[in-house]
Amino acid sequence: MTCTLSNWLSHLSQAVVISLVVLPSSAYGLDAQREAELIHLVRQDCGSCHGMTLNGGLGRPLLPETLKDADSEAIAAIILGGVPGKPMPPWSGLLSEADAVWIAKKLKEGFPQ
Amino acid sequence: MRRRSFLQFSLLTSVVAAVRPVSATELALRGTGDLGLAVERATGSLLILDTSHRKALSRVEGLGDLSHASASFSRDERFAYIFGRDGGLTKVDLLGQVIANRIIQAGNSIGGAISDDGKLVAVSNYKPGGVKVFDAQTLEIVAEIPAVYGSGKRSKVVGLVDAPGRRFVFTLYDAGEIWLADFSASGPPRIEKYPGIGELPYDALITSDGRHYIAGLYGEDGLVHLDLWADKITPKRVLDGYGRGEKKLPVYKMPHLEGWALAGERFLLPAVGRYELLALDAATFKESGRVSVHGQPVFAVARPDGRHVWVNFAHPRNDTIQIVDVPSLKIIHEFQPGPAVLHMEFTPRGHEVWISVRDADRIDIYDTRTFEKRGEITARSPSGIFFTARAHRIGL
Ligand code: HEC
Repeated sequence: MTCTLSNWLSHLSQAVVISLVVLPSSAYGLDAQREAELIHLVRQDCGSCHGMTLNGGLGRPLLPETLKDADSEAIAAIILGGVPGKPMPPWSGLLSEADAVWIAKKLKEGFPQ
Repeated sequence: MRRRSFLQFSLLTSVVAAVRPVSATELALRGTGDLGLAVERATGSLLILDTSHRKALSRVEGLGDLSHASASFSRDERFAYIFGRDGGLTKVDLLGQVIANRIIQAGNSIGGAISDDGKLVAVSNYKPGGVKVFDAQTLEIVAEIPAVYGSGKRSKVVGLVDAPGRRFVFTLYDAGEIWLADFSASGPPRIEKYPGIGELPYDALITSDGRHYIAGLYGEDGLVHLDLWADKITPKRVLDGYGRGEKKLPVYKMPHLEGWALAGERFLLPAVGRYELLALDAATFKESGRVSVHGQPVFAVARPDGRHVWVNFAHPRNDTIQIVDVPSLKIIHEFQPGPAVLHMEFTPRGHEVWISVRDADRIDIYDTRTFEKRGEITARSPSGIFFTARAHRIGL
């Protein structure tokens, strides 16, 4: 059995529960500069564990195919809360909910270069 | 006759481009002991570096996904083997400044090593989990070691190093096992397995005498030590419970043990989830102190003489380097080279250190005694820097 997102979500429920409201894309409140920073962060710093092409590394691939069964809020919750006991760190100290939801959406669509 | 065929050959290969052998007659005479390379992770390219003249000689392109790439060197220090994230294994000719050979050997890989006799190159893979071993000359496959555990699952492999006697040692991340593959006899390797070492080992190192293999654990507070000189090798837990039950700080980048620091009588190792270096007594393997540092340490690398250890840090505290004096365990210097300091490589005897500053697109060169900056080189998103002197060190 391979570990799936739903497994992690059950993990998560034991840990930090983060409530998220999904906003329409215009309402993320992210300006172009913040988006550029997040693209850099995901490619470079998430990339240190997930690969720069997001094809996977120590962490699994973050590609539209591999994330298709998860909705953006669930992905954003993993980003903010991490995966307890595994090397996926909680990013809530560095990223806002709006940042995380934007990243999650973009990961599902195919992350920009 | 010979000359003519050489001319035809070079005409042909200049069209074919990237992959070509370079004949000796094409090369100006020079040594390679002062050469090195820097990985440009975002563009799949390398810079070939000349450490005597503090400059880049040329750029080699076409190496695929180089996030987390590392390198080992041939015994003659002419060729580098580059282990790419995308499973690419590329042999680069530092003199000819070209790719000599390149294969895609797996879907996702993490590192590699070269055997003591220089004949075998091993690569550790995440997907499919295992180790593949190649002929260093031709890159033809010699052996495949699937990292199978439990009920047939395959584990990611980390911490692959060479050990004396045509051996490789590596660690199974998902399985929590250390394996030793012995290629000293002809035919398939003899594999010894050491299971049950602990949860989620993430990296490992071997000391430069080839005796001690130490794996770091992510899932538990401690490290695992294997004495390869022992008659009966048994994994032993060291620095057990170093976190003292305190909550781990988030680890935004996994520490590396490869840049191990055996300095004098102690190792300095990065803690996981703590802003600390842990000192381990090299004789007793007991804790011999700690150093509080600026952030989650990533590399703690000893200057080759062992007196100082240079430390860099994980995102978002990765603009800083601290230098620890090993006898006193005091931080004696700290500076900010720039945004995203990813790696440090010392010249063979340690007079200078070359530092990649990824987000400044720069490699900075510092004097290791005065800490003055000696030069800089423009590079695109540089990450790992590797000098040819690694060719002659066990475990690199
Ligand atoms: C230090 C290593 C590390 C870093 C840095 C890291 N991750 Fe992860 N991540 C992991 C690991 C390991 C897992 C898998 C956890 C497990 O084994 O269950 C994971 C899992 C995930 C998952 C779940 C994937 C799925 O298929 O369900 C998402 C989403 C994710 N990470 C996003 C991110 C994002 C976005 C960043 C950057 C902001 C990031 N990660 C940075 C290590 C890391």
